[in-house]
Amino acid sequence: MTSVLVRDLSLNFGAVEVLKSLNLEVAEGEFLVLLGPSGCGKSTLLNCIAGLLDVSAGQIFINGKNVTWNEPKDRGIGMVFQSYALYPQMTVEGNLSFGLKNARLPRDEIARRIARAAEILQIEPLLQRKPAALSGGQRQRVAIGRALVRDVDVFLFDEPLSNLDAKLRSELRIEIKRLHQKLANTMIYVTHDQIEALTLADRIAVMKGGIIQQFDSPKTIYNRPVNRFVADFIGSPGMNFIEGELETRDGAPWFVAGDFRAPVSNYPFDGKGFRQGPASFGIRPEHVGVNTGDGWPFSARVPVEVVEPMGSDTLVWTRLGGQSFTMRVTSERSPRTGETVTIGFDPLNASLFDTETGERL
Amino acid sequence: MADVRTASVGQVEPRIAGHDEAWGPRPRRIFSRRNIVLYGALVIVSLYYLMPLYVMIVTSLKTMPEIRLGNVFAPPVEITFEPWVKAWSTACTGLNCDGLSRGFWNSVRITIPSVIISIAIASVNGYALANWRFKGGNTFFTILIVGAFIPYQVMIYPIVIILREMGVYGTLTGLIIVHTIFGMPINTLLFRNYFSSLPEELFKAARVDGAGFWGIYFRIMLPMSLPIFVVSMIIQVTGIWNDFLFGVVYTKPDTYPMTVQLNNIVNSVQGVKEYNVNMAATILTGLVPLVIYFISGKLFVRGIAAGAVKG
Repeated sequence: MTSVLVRDLSLNFGAVEVLKSLNLEVAEGEFLVLLGPSGCGKSTLLNCIAGLLDVSAGQIFINGKNVTWNEPKDRGIGMVFQSYALYPQMTVEGNLSFGLKNARLPRDEIARRIARAAEILQIEPLLQRKPAALSGGQRQRVAIGRALVRDVDVFLFDEPLSNLDAKLRSELRIEIKRLHQKLANTMIYVTHDQIEALTLADRIAVMKGGIIQQFDSPKTIYNRPVNRFVADFIGSPGMNFIEGELETRDGAPWFVAGDFRAPVSNYPFDGKGFRQGPASFGIRPEHVGVNTGDGWPFSARVPVEVVEPMGSDTLVWTRLGGQSFTMRVTSERSPRTGETVTIGFDPLNASLFDTETGERL
Repeated sequence: MADVRTASVGQVEPRIAGHDEAWGPRPRRIFSRRNIVLYGALVIVSLYYLMPLYVMIVTSLKTMPEIRLGNVFAPPVEITFEPWVKAWSTACTGLNCDGLSRGFWNSVRITIPSVIISIAIASVNGYALANWRFKGGNTFFTILIVGAFIPYQVMIYPIVIILREMGVYGTLTGLIIVHTIFGMPINTLLFRNYFSSLPEELFKAARVDGAGFWGIYFRIMLPMSLPIFVVSMIIQVTGIWNDFLFGVVYTKPDTYPMTVQLNNIVNSVQGVKEYNVNMAATILTGLVPLVIYFISGKLFVRGIAAGAVKG
């Protein structure tokens, strides 16, 4: 069943179009991540769903009800903000109960819900403290609790972990995932952090310029990005791109860039199939084998220019077809700077994009 | 020297004569040139500002024969509080001879309602402008600010007519209305900027929690805004208490505020000029703003700084 449905949604701030006729359908219990660079409209979209911004055109449905004109409190949503947005003058308990008191719930019901949320989030010992006396992670937990006590169907997260340090971020990430498994609510989560997106999401909507570029499972988005923007944005370290031409040689399709030639006969082209012309050849650094034998459809000997150890992995920089190229190897197998290594990859794992439109071929 | 240091770990570091290597906090000399210039300037400036106050206090404690000797800076030989008593309760202003006390109570009755009403309205204005972004809000704000730049002289007579038509000309109510209106631009600006500097997400969170316009104002915004209320209060109290122009134009002798009465005492052309009474009267009039500053100076600075972050 559809939980949140966004239909032809547009939003303009004066002459600036922030969202352009956007459509989105979120299934019940789904964890959707809106991912994109700053200014792509992802937070704006979330605010529209929450009812904190009036839309310029289009409709929003939550649980089958048209809530386009409803106040935030009447939409059946709970929201968690990046800056926690806890009311500083109230205790944790006051923060949790504020919305319930506004809704005029009976006192025992309020107490019951706070007890449940506090138990789930393990913040019982903090209930009488003020937000100023909490750590960042505790504050964000309380902020999640504030959404939790509202007993709503849809949770909205607006970059909830961006203010935390790296270690806490990964801890809370897991907690949010556990929470989702436990509650099975619909969750819409805005982030610019692709690790968060890939780890948490059932589906990811990658946004740019107010338009959803690709809306699919993390795996598909990672392996088969629909255009060059998505390919470039997802993955760290980023995908290698080599600019060149698609050509037919001796009756077989090839990708050629200077002295770099790769056979693309086993590449899964889209419906239109192979066509000649300028294209970008993209391959992820981890899909490149270094000194791993000759089994690859493509292999070459290249000099190592720079080695970047990153702990478990090492990033190796070289040049291929006259363009910068990286590959990722485990640190034990890391070559030295100046060495010449044999690299190889399978074009099956690659992505080809039209140079002009940036679309996947 | 590094090996010497490691060798002496665990015991007090010996400061050997001749080894003037830098170690630990840098020594601060109290009488450095920088300090002398800095504190010297501060002392001179404060003396410059305190001198008039000193002369006023000293003169107000002297008897008239002593003043006539002309030693302005000399401390009083014989301290007398009679000028203070006279200034407060028996000095004559026009027809009334009950001193400044009448003006003081008039000023109190003008200041308190004006301050409360103007701050209440300005804070709601600022809150609505900062958070609710209603249609025409910016136009409204621009008009309000432009209004602050129109010279008072232009508006004096039209306001006289308006107050007369309303039937409150010459009353305290009329003056309170005038003060409330004229306090609006600066205080609205102050509150708008302060509320804009509070995190917007707090406001959003409160909306999701189902609080309305007044709910958010009273439950979320007000408890966070003490500093700006203090700033606004100080500006209004001193501004309204020290006001002379509106007081003299819009009230009658019975309802004159303290400043107007002070002027009438000091500038009276009849009889002997009683400098000691004049000084005492002036200090009495200035006492209220002074006390306010002393009590709330710290909050004042904090509030000004908080509002200044975002414009």
